[in-house]
Amino acid sequence: MNIPYTVEERPDTGLTNGKLGIWLFLASEVMLFGALFSTYIILRTGAPEWPHGELNILLGAINTVILITSSVTMVMAWASLKLKDWAKHRLYLIATFVLAGVFLVNKYFEYKDHFDKGEGPWHSTFTAIYFTLTGLHGLHILGGMIVMLYLIGPGARLWKKNPDQFANRIEATGLYWHFVDLVWIFLFPVLYLL
Amino acid sequence: MDKTGIHPGGEGVQAVAHGHDPHHEELGFWRKYVFSVDHKVIGIQYAFTGLLFLLFGFTLMMIMRWQLAYPGRPIPLIGLWLGQARAPMGIMLPEFYNQLGAMHGTIMVFMGVVPLAVGGFGNFVMPLQIGAPDMAFPKLNMMSYWVYFVGGVTMLASFFMRGGAAQSGWTSYPPLAVISDGQTMWLIGMIFLITSSLLGSINFIVTIVQLRAKGLSYMRLPFFVWAQFVTSFLLLLAFPPLEAAGVLQLMDRVAGTSFFMPSGLVVSGKVLTISGNGNPLLWQHLFWFLAHPEVYVLILPAMGIVAEIIANNTRKPLWGYKALVYSVTFLGFMSFIVWAHHMFMTGMGTTMSAFFQTTTMIISIPSVVILTALLLSLWGASIRFTTPMLFALAFLPMFGIGGLTGLPLGLAPSDIHLHDTYYVIGHFHYVVAPGTIFALFAGIYYWFPKATGRKMNELLGAIHFWGSFICINIVFMPMFIQGLAGMNRRMYDGGAQYAHNAGLPLKLNLVIGMAAWTLGLFQIPFIINFFTSIFWGKTVDRNPWEATTLEWSTPSPPGHGNFLTEPIVYRAPYEYSVPGAAKDFSPQFEPEKA
Repeated sequence: MNIPYTVEERPDTGLTNGKLGIWLFLASEVMLFGALFSTYIILRTGAPEWPHGELNILLGAINTVILITSSVTMVMAWASLKLKDWAKHRLYLIATFVLAGVFLVNKYFEYKDHFDKGEGPWHSTFTAIYFTLTGLHGLHILGGMIVMLYLIGPGARLWKKNPDQFANRIEATGLYWHFVDLVWIFLFPVLYLL
Repeated sequence: MDKTGIHPGGEGVQAVAHGHDPHHEELGFWRKYVFSVDHKVIGIQYAFTGLLFLLFGFTLMMIMRWQLAYPGRPIPLIGLWLGQARAPMGIMLPEFYNQLGAMHGTIMVFMGVVPLAVGGFGNFVMPLQIGAPDMAFPKLNMMSYWVYFVGGVTMLASFFMRGGAAQSGWTSYPPLAVISDGQTMWLIGMIFLITSSLLGSINFIVTIVQLRAKGLSYMRLPFFVWAQFVTSFLLLLAFPPLEAAGVLQLMDRVAGTSFFMPSGLVVSGKVLTISGNGNPLLWQHLFWFLAHPEVYVLILPAMGIVAEIIANNTRKPLWGYKALVYSVTFLGFMSFIVWAHHMFMTGMGTTMSAFFQTTTMIISIPSVVILTALLLSLWGASIRFTTPMLFALAFLPMFGIGGLTGLPLGLAPSDIHLHDTYYVIGHFHYVVAPGTIFALFAGIYYWFPKATGRKMNELLGAIHFWGSFICINIVFMPMFIQGLAGMNRRMYDGGAQYAHNAGLPLKLNLVIGMAAWTLGLFQIPFIINFFTSIFWGKTVDRNPWEATTLEWSTPSPPGHGNFLTEPIVYRAPYEYSVPGAAKDFSPQFEPEKA
């Protein structure tokens, strides 16, 4: 038995199952982070004072650049697949994976700094929301890295068997990756700058 | 696998000719029944697990009812098994009563009704009704079930942890929830259950949008599919905020944060050493942002089931199919902006109250439209009083009572008197117990022949129905009286210590208890019927109810891949008693005779 529209688009909706699925998943993710950002707003407006300059803006800015760059390489990985340039695709996908890893390493140093000062999530409302938001975002980065690792490793064999389906998978991963990037673009000013 | 291919009328030949999916013929036991990717098997797994949880959740309530009917007397039969930490000498401790209450709500809502209504019926029936070979993502479907299973096991395991299960109600309001035992396991369990629902809802929406059969436009979808469609959107968009809230409360418990903990909190005479500045109301907003749409997640699939059964047993088209569809869609949108009517008593201000009581009154309109359309469908029909129809008919007045008694709760002034009394319990149980659960029973009796190829016994079904119908009304009707008298819903002794409960309100606890235990006895005919019918029920062919929707065009039970030939839809879903037609039903899958 074959499920229809896994690879080709359904004519009247113009979508593959996977593409609709990933968009719906992102809609639920918007609601998840939306609830957390609302929490941030309510806690901040209700707080007697709000700390400033707690975070390392330089590291945060570097991480922002890294994530935006990784979004670009992700698009290039998908575009080179469409141009049937397998070698370039590999290069860009691995680059995206490495950039994501560098992001997490930077995040580790930021976290370590806080814990060394004894300022974990329990320290204040600010550290609580900071660790929860960036922690959950970090888990999303990690999830994306696991998927990429699969597509670089055993998942890459699909390219030989069904190139269109493989390209769809890269596209879906890319959509997710841009979303994770977008969340960070909100997180950076909200937590580091404002 | 496909014994059903051999069928009178030449379909067997068709099945052989089509090969009917030769690749999957040789699945072993584990892949076929346990880790199956077939939506029908997963649907049955969901339904069966959901039924077990319903029975378990009901048992918890029967134990609580003993304590309310006979406060301080040892629980018979099982009292001595419960142990020193729960019921020394068989007498229930208040903490254990609280655990039973919290877990009854959690189990019934998240592990009983939703898995049965959405996971069970949605999974089994919806792909068949839209003519799909399976769900859009079969492996994801299997994963949804197993994530739900892990969540369920986590919840059950919490009873055996030190300190017992969660005891802060199914709503888990902080600061109480953050400082009381058992809550961590509850939160972890909830995160699994929520994840399962999210994966499931994505799968449902994609399946309905992408895998509809040729000719099956949106306005030709059976109403059950529409109900599942809207339900899936509610799950998809309303559950993530609760997941966020769950993560925040978990942080409060595990990482020592104070998202929901105000400053200067004193517990057992000691000031808590926390950073403070949290907002307990924030939890209530996040919780009810899910939990109000969740009410519609509980009721919409039930309405879908009832609509199918009423159309089939009245042998008439549903009255106002389009009105039903528009109402259910509007209901879905509105359900996102009524949540704070659960919070009139929190002091959130009159402007907010005015807004939310207005939206609450507005949302009652589509509910009334749906109920009225179903009621008008009965007009002038020669009704077949089959067991599923008995349950479906009972749904209408029961949901009516539940809905109408909700109006005084939706208005802030009357809610101030009724809030947190037994009136509230009576109200929402009329919606979900004799409402939703009766509809689910109706669905089980109705689709049982499709799932097993055999019919359930009508006599045992009638005993189950009449017994349950009478008992359940004696359970919930007196609660309105208790509530209006001001009896608080969370009293471990039933409210005996308060003067205003003396006399009738307190005596009713005994009546309710008796009716609840008798209701338990009347589920025995159902259990016997369910298991004996699997093996010895009357065998049926593909369309025993003479119904019109697509699931009745395949063999009973359908093989893997569902349809022997690609289904094509020629007409609207409920073409019963078409003037001039040869028989009183014109199925969607039968071409127009030119």
